[in-house]
This record gives sequence, structure tokens and C-alpha cells, in this order.
Amino acid sequence: MKLGMAIEELHRSENELYTVLLSMSDRHKVDHEVFHVTRDMASWSRQHVTELAEAGREFGLELDPEAKHVHGLMEKVRQKASELTGRESAPGLLLLADLRHLYREASGTSLDWELLAQGAQGAKNKELLDLAERCHPQTLRVSRWANAKLKESSPQVLAS
Amino acid sequence: MGRPGTGVYPLVGRSPQMTRLDRIAKPWGTRTPYGPGETWPVRVDSHLSGGLTDEDVDRWVPSASILHSNGDGLDIAVKDGRIVGVRGRAEDRVNHGRLGPKDLFGWQANHSPDRLTRPLVRRDGELVETDWDTAMDAVVGRVKALLEEQGPSAIGFYTTGQLFIEDYYTLGLIAHGGIGTNHVDGNTRLCTATAAAALKESFACDGQPGSYTDVDSADVIALYGHNVAETQDVLWTRILDRLAGPNPPKIVCVDPRLTPVASAATVHLAPRPGTNVMLMNALLHEIVRNGWVDQAYVDAHAVGFEELKKQLEKYPPEVAAEVCDVPVEQIREAARLIGTAERLLSTVLQGFYQSHQATAAAVQVNNIHIVRAMLGKPGCGLLQMNGQPTAENTRECGADGDLPGFRNWDNDAHVADLARVWNVEQIQIPHYAPPTHAMQIFRYAEQGSIRFLWIIGTNPAVSLPELQRIRSILGQERLFVVVQDLFPTETTAFADVVLPAATWGEKTGTFTNADRTVHLSEKAVEPPGEARPDLDIFLDFARRLGLEDKDGDPLVKWTDPEGAFEGWKECSRGRPCDYSGLSYAKLRARNGIQWPVDDEHPDGTERLYADGEFWADPGYCEEYGRDMVTGAPVSETEYKALNPDGKAVLKAAEYLPPHELPSEDYPFQLITGRTLYHFHTRTKTGRAPQLQAAAREVWVEMAASDAADRGLGEGDLMEITTPRGRVEAKLRVSGIRPGVVFLPFHYGYWDADDGQDRAANELTATDWDPVSKQPIFKTAAAAVRKIGDADGPSAAPTTTASAPVAGSVPPTAGGAAAEARETVGGQA
Repeated sequence: MKLGMAIEELHRSENELYTVLLSMSDRHKVDHEVFHVTRDMASWSRQHVTELAEAGREFGLELDPEAKHVHGLMEKVRQKASELTGRESAPGLLLLADLRHLYREASGTSLDWELLAQGAQGAKNKELLDLAERCHPQTLRVSRWANAKLKESSPQVLAS
Repeated sequence: MGRPGTGVYPLVGRSPQMTRLDRIAKPWGTRTPYGPGETWPVRVDSHLSGGLTDEDVDRWVPSASILHSNGDGLDIAVKDGRIVGVRGRAEDRVNHGRLGPKDLFGWQANHSPDRLTRPLVRRDGELVETDWDTAMDAVVGRVKALLEEQGPSAIGFYTTGQLFIEDYYTLGLIAHGGIGTNHVDGNTRLCTATAAAALKESFACDGQPGSYTDVDSADVIALYGHNVAETQDVLWTRILDRLAGPNPPKIVCVDPRLTPVASAATVHLAPRPGTNVMLMNALLHEIVRNGWVDQAYVDAHAVGFEELKKQLEKYPPEVAAEVCDVPVEQIREAARLIGTAERLLSTVLQGFYQSHQATAAAVQVNNIHIVRAMLGKPGCGLLQMNGQPTAENTRECGADGDLPGFRNWDNDAHVADLARVWNVEQIQIPHYAPPTHAMQIFRYAEQGSIRFLWIIGTNPAVSLPELQRIRSILGQERLFVVVQDLFPTETTAFADVVLPAATWGEKTGTFTNADRTVHLSEKAVEPPGEARPDLDIFLDFARRLGLEDKDGDPLVKWTDPEGAFEGWKECSRGRPCDYSGLSYAKLRARNGIQWPVDDEHPDGTERLYADGEFWADPGYCEEYGRDMVTGAPVSETEYKALNPDGKAVLKAAEYLPPHELPSEDYPFQLITGRTLYHFHTRTKTGRAPQLQAAAREVWVEMAASDAADRGLGEGDLMEITTPRGRVEAKLRVSGIRPGVVFLPFHYGYWDADDGQDRAANELTATDWDPVSKQPIFKTAAAAVRKIGDADGPSAAPTTTASAPVAGSVPPTAGGAAAEARETVGGQA
């Protein structure tokens, strides 16, 4: 049974997604919708990490139920940097790069949820399948948002 | 404040009785009670200046009200080429003759001596008078240079909710079809964006389902964040008359303030600001749990019910009671009234639209009407309201971040059809993403990629959130700012070119109120000096810019308002907001007709969505929807899978805590809002003596318990701060919920005596609903402290939601100057 491995991998990638979302939020403090929506979506990943840690116990895993992000000084520094440079047009390009990165991270995590859901079905593990059905749609919403935001932002950045 | 419906009133049906009434002291006038299913009695209100009588008036010119969204039909009185007053139109379907204080007195601003009468251009840092040729050459010169250097992405338009259809449609054509920029939005983003967004989510298309006549037969009226008594006071008069009659409706009110609506309510829920989705989910939870659902209707006419039910499981009233801080019995009682109503009318406004999770909350009101099958029948009205008189038209005509005629930017066939109507190449019309919303337009200007911003009939330097930021954007050297307005404002101070515009009464055009009623407003007098109608300014701009269609003919085919209206009729033909059956001649014969008006409905359409038929078919709908949390658009493929047969969409929404929560340093929640006597930044109402005197300066409201805890009293001078700024205001101890403070947003700096900080938007945060992009004005964390003793009461009116609950405050009154005439019992 390799379901434990799948849980561990997903726990790692959701934690990574959480970090990517919060770092991106800090870097784009003056792009207000990006700042707030990435934080709202990060709360999904935080919840997923907690639930995956709980699910891992059945498989003998000791996963951290708290999502980890480098808080404190770095967060403030990034936000301050965003405020100071937010008026230049270069942040537009940085935003596109960050959205592209987020899209790939969220898509990868989404694939991991797919794997877990398939494994849960194979093992007839109803609880694990429920978990995947509950969390996977939210991860998909993150990649859809990244895609939509990229579509919306790129014409102005590239054509000006 | 007394309960409505008390007192002795003239009986209807007798010979007309004329009285004079101080309409500042009695904003809603005399009661004319009526029962369910009866016709609202006529009461004709009028006000003429300087003791004039009807006999003195040379001409009465048909129009409708312009200082709110109710669309009250009225005639403008003209004597010796000047406006001398107004009179309500008895036969108008909206108001049956009634007018509110802003209608009765606001017109005086037209004659204010400080109207802009000549164009201004900036020379050596100063705005100086010039002629139209010089001003327009400066505007067109800059646009041409930027188009050459950068392209259409450099050009932005920020318009208003107070122009006419003819103006908006022409502007939309010039901007989208001519210049080809995606950056056109209005200040309607601040007032009506969520109404449109919520309707698009539930019905895949904009369009107000209900009618004001639903007040006449409803047995329960639920008002969500809608202080109708102050925002659409004549609609409230209609409700008051039902409350005073036999078998009155029950009222459910959701509002953190003790508004006149709350005082009249059977159940008043005053939730914590920012928790509307939690409350709505609990109400729906109860409705579903108790089986108050029309399952047959839902099965036949809606999708998404199973998912909604699943989501609602998480929101029992006990959870909501905790989060919203509302007694659980009140939530159950409200749900029972709404869930068992036979004819339910619901209205929604800024308490939802300008708060956290705006669209998600407003959509739950739609969900109630869908699951209860309360659509398209008398009394079963759903009114997603709007704030400004012509906000509806920006949504229809493509001047507010939508394509004209409710066309879908994401549907190539719709864009191709628009290109056919305009005779331009399809690629000329931007449709690579939703049209840019106002907050993003300002963001692009901040970043320097929008370098030309034309601001029309609005005052962002007072009305947008976080004013320090807005001033720094408008003040940039690299941004060319054109401002088209009636008066010098806080925003014209940042302009490179100022264009003096004609206003209501000085130009002809049509506009549509919140229940789809179209009025023709005719020119009554000449504009002052060299001021020009907005349409003439746009036509002149298009001509000078040399805008052409794909055959090399002029892009804009018309030269006057009626021509523009005929152009719009063609653009709207076959679309939901169909005006093709209307004409100026028809509106001259009967003013006030509800769209759609086409061959099938020559007299208009009172209610939409009768028999569960919607405009939601994937090929026809205006929008495929958005994610309720992230705002990401739903794709065509996803929508087709979800809703192939074009049914109503029940959209579930999870509750998220507000982004800015109270803290030790900022322990209060700040909400901003309006008062009955003023409109926007008071550019007009501040120049109407009776209205200005009724609410002459800013105040701050706080609950009695909060004031007592801090030893504060009526009139104390307070400082209100947030991380963005500070405001000084005198205290009114009002019926607002504890923990919340309220500031009216009307007060800027054009008539301030000193350098005092008083604009509420010094304090608000830059944050918006990701779905509707409407800024959030009602969930900031704030600190409040006393900085001076009272030297008298605050200037807050005593007649409205700001009524005092402590201390002795003289009642708001207008005296002889505010006396208006009422004639009750006449014939329509």
C-alpha cells in the first residue's frame, strides 16, 4: 500500500502551494486583488495541510498539521518592497511571472490530488476519497484563478 | 422616530386636498394608505421658488428625478428661460405624483453662480479659461500622440451614473469601437456593480426581475442592507402607505443601523459588518430545513440545488448567531417570515454591495427567490437596486465594464454581432478579457500604463477609497487628466483640461431607473455660458479624432440625442434590454415605460422571468459566471456543462472572514454611507440651501453603550483613524449597533471652512469584491478618540437613521423655505 506516500507528497505540495501563495501575496501588496485573493486561497491550502496530516496518521505518518511559511521579517520586507516599487511598470512583468509559477504549482498539486483520489478508490478507502473530493476542487480553483488573472493582466503588461 | 402609519390623513377619492408641508422635517410627506392589490393613491408634490404659483409658469417640461435611482416622473417648471421648480407627474407609474426632498429642492444647483461656464486648460501650473477649440485640441492632441506611441491601452475613461443613454452609448462606441481601448468604466462600479454581478451569477444575464408595483401586493418585504427610506425615499413612501393601510406587509430588515426601515420592521437583524454571507446562508439553511422550498419549480427551472444544500449544511442559525452576533431566535423568525411568505418582495443595496463578499451575499437573496419560486408574479419581486439615476444605462450601453446590449465579451458571436452593428472589424473591439474595472483603471494609471484619463461627471478625489492614494495617482505629472463636470470639484483641481458640461434640464436624453422604467428628459433651459451637453462634447471629440468605420465613413452616425437613441435601439434589438419598440414620440405620449419594449411587448414588460423562462441559454446569456471567492470567470465549456438548458443557477457561497478585522489598536468597525438629504459629494445638494442646511457638516455615529463606556456625549469632537488616515467629526449617539461607527461620505473639501480632515474616504481601504469589483466601504477597522468638548449637537439629521437616542437635540426642520405643496386625492 503506497497511499501513505501519496499523502506525504500531497502534504508537501500543499505546503509548498501555501508558501507560494503567501509569498506572492506579499510581493504584490499594491495589487490589491492579488494581495487579498491569494491570502483567501492560502487559507484553503492551510486547511488541506491540516486534514492531510490527520489522514496520514492512519498510515503511520507524523505530518505537521500546521502549514509553514516564513513569517515575520521577510513578509514585511516583501510588502514594503512592493509598496516602494509598486508604481513602476516592471512589477507588471513580475506579476505575470508569479501567476505563471502559481499556475504550475497549483496544477501539480491538483494532479497529486488526482493520484490520491485514484489510489483511494483502488483501496476502497471512503474517508480518503471524501477528503480528495472536498479539497481537490479548491486546488483547481487556484489554478483557474491564476489562468484567468494571467489572461486579464497580460494584454496591458505586454502591449504598453 | 415614531412608527409609520400613525396620524389622521385625508381620505382618498374625495375632492383633491391641498396642503403645505415642511418636507425637510417630513421627508416622506402625508400618508395615503392603501391595501393589498389596490392601486397606490395619487399625491402630487410640487415646489416652486419665490412664492410663484402654477399660473406664473411659462412651460412644464417632462423629465424624471436625477439625484437617486428611483426615477420619479416630474415636470420642470420654466419661467423667463429659467428653472423655477418641479412638480411630480400624477400619471407616472413610478411615483404617482410624489417627489422626495432631493427632487423638490435639488434643481436649484443648476443656477448656482459657481457653475463652470468656460473650458479650462493648465498653463504654468494654473487652470486658466480658454475656448473650446483650444481645450479640445489639447485633448485630441494628447490622445493622438499616445495612440501613436503606445496604442489604445494608454487611454482610459472613468464615467458616471448620471449621464443619459445617448451619452453612454456614444461614449462606449467611441472608446470600444473607435479607439479600441478596454478601459471604460463608471463610478457605477461603486454603486451598482454588485447588482449587475449578482443577477449575472443567478440568471446569467443582467436585468431587474421585479417591479416597484410588487410593493402593492407583497405580504412580506425583506430589505437587505437597503435603507430605502433615505436612498429611494419615494419607494419608501409607497411602502409606508401599505404599512398604514389594511393588511400591511411584514418587514424584515438587515442593517447594522437603526434606520427608518429598521424601526418599521417586524424583525430587524443587525449583523456584524462583513458577515452577510454567513447570515444569508443561515436564512437559506432554515428555509431548506423547514421544507419551504418549491421543489417542483426548482427541479424544472434551476440547476445547482444539491450543491447549495450541501454548502448550507455548514451554516445552521446557531453558528451564524455567533459569527454575526445576532440572536438565534431572530434569525429563525426572519427565516420563517421569508420562508412562509406568499408574495415575497426583496430589495438589496449598499449594505450588501459595498461590504465584504458583496456578490456572494447578494446572490443568496436571488437563491431565496429561486427556491421559493418568487419570480415573475405580482408581489413576488426581486429588486437588486442601484444608487444612481442612470446607473442602469451604463450597464446596458457599455459604459461601465460591459459590452452594449448585455452582449457577452467571452462569446465571439456576440462580439461579431456588435462589430456588425458598429461596422468595424471584430478585432477592433477588445474582448480578450472582461472590460477593465474602475479600480484596475486607477491601478494602471498608478503604474503608468494608462497615461490619459477622461473623468466625466464624477469626483473620485472624494468618492474613491483611500484618498491619499487617489490624490497621488491623479497628481502624477505623467498622467493627462481631463475632467468634464458642472462645477469646480476636488477632482478638477488635478485636471489638465476641464470641460464645462450641461446637466439635467439643459439637455435632452433618456434614462432608466432601477425597475427598468425608461423616461425621456427634455431640455428645459439653455446651459450657462459656454457649457455644452455631454453628447455634443463626445461627438466633437470623435470628429476631431477622425474616427471612422471600416468603410471609411464617420464611426458615429448621429448628430443629436434622438439620432443616438435610434442608434442604441438598433444595438439593443433582440437583446434582453430591448428598446427597439420605444421612440421619443412614444415617450412623449407616455413617459415611463419598462423595457424590454419590442414588437411583442409594445407597451413594455412589467416583470421578467414569468413562467421560469430565463435569458441563460449559453448562446444568448451575457455572462457564464464567476468563482464566488476568486472572481475567476467560468469558461464557456464549463457553463455549457453546468447549464445546457439555460435555467436559473443556484450558486452556493462559503463564508470568509473580512480582510480587515478590529484589533487592539483599531477596535471599531467603520462603515460609511449616505443621508437622505445629500447625494454623492454634494456637488448639487450642497448648493441647494434647504438640503445643505438639513445636514450641513460631517458627523460620526456611535452606539449609546459605546459612548457611555467612554464617557462621550452628543456633539463631542472626535478623531477617527485607520492606518490610511484621520477624520474629525462631531459625535451623534445613534441607534447603530455597538462596536460599529458610521461616517457619511458626502463631505469633501470644496466648501470646508478650514483645513480639517473630513472625507470619510481618507479612512477606507483599497479592497474590492473579486466578483463584482465593487470597492468595500463597510468593513474597515478604526480607532476613535475624543479631541474636544461639545459646543452644541452634531449636524446629523434627526429624521433619519442618524436620529439621536440620547441628549437633547433640536429636530431637523426646514421652515418656510422648505414648504412644498401636496395635493392628495386627484386623478391619475
